[in-house]
Amino acid sequence: MRYIPNSPDERAEMLRTVGLNAPEELFSSIPADIILKRQLDLPAALSEMELLARFEAIAAHNTAARRPNFLGAGAYSHYSPTIIDSLIQRSEFFTAYTPYQPEVSQGTLQVIFEFQTMVCQLTGMEVANASMYDGSTSVAEAVLMAERVTRRRKVIVSPALHPEYLQVAQTYVSHAGIELAQTGFDEQAGRTTLDDATIDEQTAAVVVQSPNFYGCVEDLESLAERTHAAGALLIVAVTECASLGLLRSPGACGADIVVAEGQSLGVPLGYGGPYLGLFATREKFARQMPGRLVGVAADKEGRRGFVLTLATREQHIRREKATSNICTNEGLIALIATIYMTTMGRRGLQEVAMQCAQKAAYAARRIAELPGFSLPYAQTPRFNEFTVRAPVDAAELLRRLAREHNITGGLALSRYDPTRANDFLACVTETNPRAEIDALVAGLKALTA
Amino acid sequence: MTINESLVFERSMPGRQGYRLPALDVDETLLDELLPADLRRDDDLEGMPELSEPDVVRHFTRISTWNYNIDLGMYPLGSCTMKYNSRLNERVARIGGFGNLHPLASDEDAQGALQVIYELQHHLSEITGLPGISLQPAAGAHGEMTGVMLIRAFLDARDGVGEGDAPRRHLMLIPDSAHGTNPASAHLSGFTVKTIRSTPEGQTDLEHLREICATGDVAGLMLTNPNTVGLFERDIREICRIVHEAGGLVYMDGANMNALVGVARPGDMGVDVIHLNLHKTFSTPHGGGGPGSGPCCCTTELEPFLPVPRVVRDGEGFKFDFNFPRSIGRVKAFYGNFGMFTRALSYILTHGPDGLREATEAAVLNARYIAHALTSDYDKPFDAPPMHEVVFTDKRQSRKGVHTLDIAKRLIDYGFHPMTIYFPLIVQGAMLIEPTESVGRQEIQQFIDAMRAIAREAQDTPDLVINAPHTTRIGRLDEAAAARKPVLRWKPEEKATAA
Repeated sequence: MRYIPNSPDERAEMLRTVGLNAPEELFSSIPADIILKRQLDLPAALSEMELLARFEAIAAHNTAARRPNFLGAGAYSHYSPTIIDSLIQRSEFFTAYTPYQPEVSQGTLQVIFEFQTMVCQLTGMEVANASMYDGSTSVAEAVLMAERVTRRRKVIVSPALHPEYLQVAQTYVSHAGIELAQTGFDEQAGRTTLDDATIDEQTAAVVVQSPNFYGCVEDLESLAERTHAAGALLIVAVTECASLGLLRSPGACGADIVVAEGQSLGVPLGYGGPYLGLFATREKFARQMPGRLVGVAADKEGRRGFVLTLATREQHIRREKATSNICTNEGLIALIATIYMTTMGRRGLQEVAMQCAQKAAYAARRIAELPGFSLPYAQTPRFNEFTVRAPVDAAELLRRLAREHNITGGLALSRYDPTRANDFLACVTETNPRAEIDALVAGLKALTA
Repeated sequence: MTINESLVFERSMPGRQGYRLPALDVDETLLDELLPADLRRDDDLEGMPELSEPDVVRHFTRISTWNYNIDLGMYPLGSCTMKYNSRLNERVARIGGFGNLHPLASDEDAQGALQVIYELQHHLSEITGLPGISLQPAAGAHGEMTGVMLIRAFLDARDGVGEGDAPRRHLMLIPDSAHGTNPASAHLSGFTVKTIRSTPEGQTDLEHLREICATGDVAGLMLTNPNTVGLFERDIREICRIVHEAGGLVYMDGANMNALVGVARPGDMGVDVIHLNLHKTFSTPHGGGGPGSGPCCCTTELEPFLPVPRVVRDGEGFKFDFNFPRSIGRVKAFYGNFGMFTRALSYILTHGPDGLREATEAAVLNARYIAHALTSDYDKPFDAPPMHEVVFTDKRQSRKGVHTLDIAKRLIDYGFHPMTIYFPLIVQGAMLIEPTESVGRQEIQQFIDAMRAIAREAQDTPDLVINAPHTTRIGRLDEAAAARKPVLRWKPEEKATAA
């Protein structure tokens, strides 16, 4: 096997050195009755050429990967500058371990410190951790954290939270003694509502996504006000981080915990992962946070360096009393996001956001003009995603659009809500040239004529 | 590498730009019509960096040189399995048909991705001897959480649930040598953690296990095998039998599967559920702390409870099946860290069954060789021959005031990454060494020579070891001070005061 340096002869010699005659003897401490007495039933080894050909052939069956795409709903097509993939393939980054030995891990540690800082700036928060698995698990961890902070056991979740995020939160809290309730939803405005009947002195937190699953920007400030009046925490989830280049930050609106899916920050779609969970909060809650944190430290000569810190929150020290069981997180993906935010920078993040909003506004306007089509939440501000009501079954319409016009037109909402048969979610980013948008509009028109 | 490089924020200069987008090609909407002012940012993203492209490349390249990495040399972290990360796997993962695929594409349009998931599931089942599988968990601890939730769901279905959602059997047994993630994961499912002692020989204490199992409160056992002192649990069959007879289930932490692939299968040992670490055993890169991937494999009894959706056969093709009413639900949006699936499948197909077995043999042999060579210089607390990793202690060196931490730091001066230190907790001054199959004999010899040299230094010039490392850009950092007054982000004011 070409990845194993020692030749069979060298191994034989090493075996003799340790007093053994055959490789089987290495496993003499395993009882004979559980030793596998046959070869694993797996395909025979492939050469590099054969392997590449095989994977190329498999990948060719992913027909959606080659089409103009208007799917969003938690995963977004954004342009990723070339230098990102080049830099993350440096051995020093991608083949390093978790930075437990700071003297030989300052590269990774400084990246995380820069990442934490940028996440704070983008979300308007005071502290951010080194990353979580993704947006959905970050929401779940935020819910658990809110219970720790408030010692209250009810969490109210907006029905306009990404349905898969809600499902993940349900799994996480299933045995945590936390009750998940629902906020109201204004079907006219497409926005979350909070009434006094739902929020009370038992409420630990309110969870709201903005822009929400239907594309509408929530009125976070008034939600924060109502939430805080009940002594609860406002957890804001962001699935589309590009929006933070334009929208008022959740922190500025009064959020106590901001969690986000960081995939928009230069991470490939990659069929759903690896992505990147962002987790930020107020300084006073730092010791209740899940996950790793990097902080500034100095050596004996007073030179600045970075270390993993506040580890007493974590599982390897606190075991079952830890703030989370998380250990491995998404280090390399956090690096992608850090390089992305650095390369696009202050101006680029704003320009991407502006282009997304402008192009989505154009697409929404054009689609709304089509006979039989409407935008159910047309009056509510949005970013780059919007709900469309088609005159026909949306799943079938989108299927035909893919087959006959070679465009992935969006997400049929019936995937998550069977009552929304004619609704679909369309998303437009800076990667969609006007010609693609026009082709989408023409396709929808042709298929409903 | 002693080059200095400031924080990216300190490098930033107003007006520098590292990107260019195509000009906006649609009719513009007035900003206020697009979004009212009170919903827009008013901070102009102050503080975010402004740099040219060469600035960015230089910044990240310079700081990268301060990292040790596998490609540079042996990375003998015990229980972490730092093996070679092949470039071929990276290339496979970057094939456009995978990288550009949206997770909500229809099954019909994502047949290639579904095939990757299906095939990897199939192969991992064969490797573990456990037929049920979900690739959804994003890391080892996430896989543990999933596995324990399967146990909880199974027991609730079998025994019913107590008042206030209390489990009928509330004890999750965990050896004192376990990874900290085990108890943390058990806690999430509402179990009470009960510690099982290890014997002086480094094996699970069967008497203690029997004693606790006799209480009738045992929901399960979480066991690492080979355990964290690098020994195979000889009595694994008996351990599983005791727990099963007491009505509990056995969870195996698969962190150490690199000692077993192709040699023995957890399913054949009586284990009910295991998680694998694709970023350990199956060589997907650690990336400085992730991404990982922690597939969960289980028996047919536990299969109905696996997370949804699951990939199943659909005629000639594949599809997602959401219809498993007894499922614990989702543990992650979408389907898991798919990018790690392509890499792990590539690893398996590159090795084939004989290559996988060869890797296991080479990994165990390398550890055995180190164990053999260092016994003369370091205290080895357990006599039994180790599997893929071996634990030593600082017992002999500490007489001269040289401790495990010092030995680890001194190893850096010899060009190696330190081993895992002070873990497992049951071994005082533990040094856990896992060479993996990816190092050749010369390099292992260099490592042995370095460890012997350090042992001599500990005798003759202990200060040299105590003050190590001497060759790095910075010395040991004051971690206690860092935790007392945590500075967790850069702030613009600090720049002003520094200037």
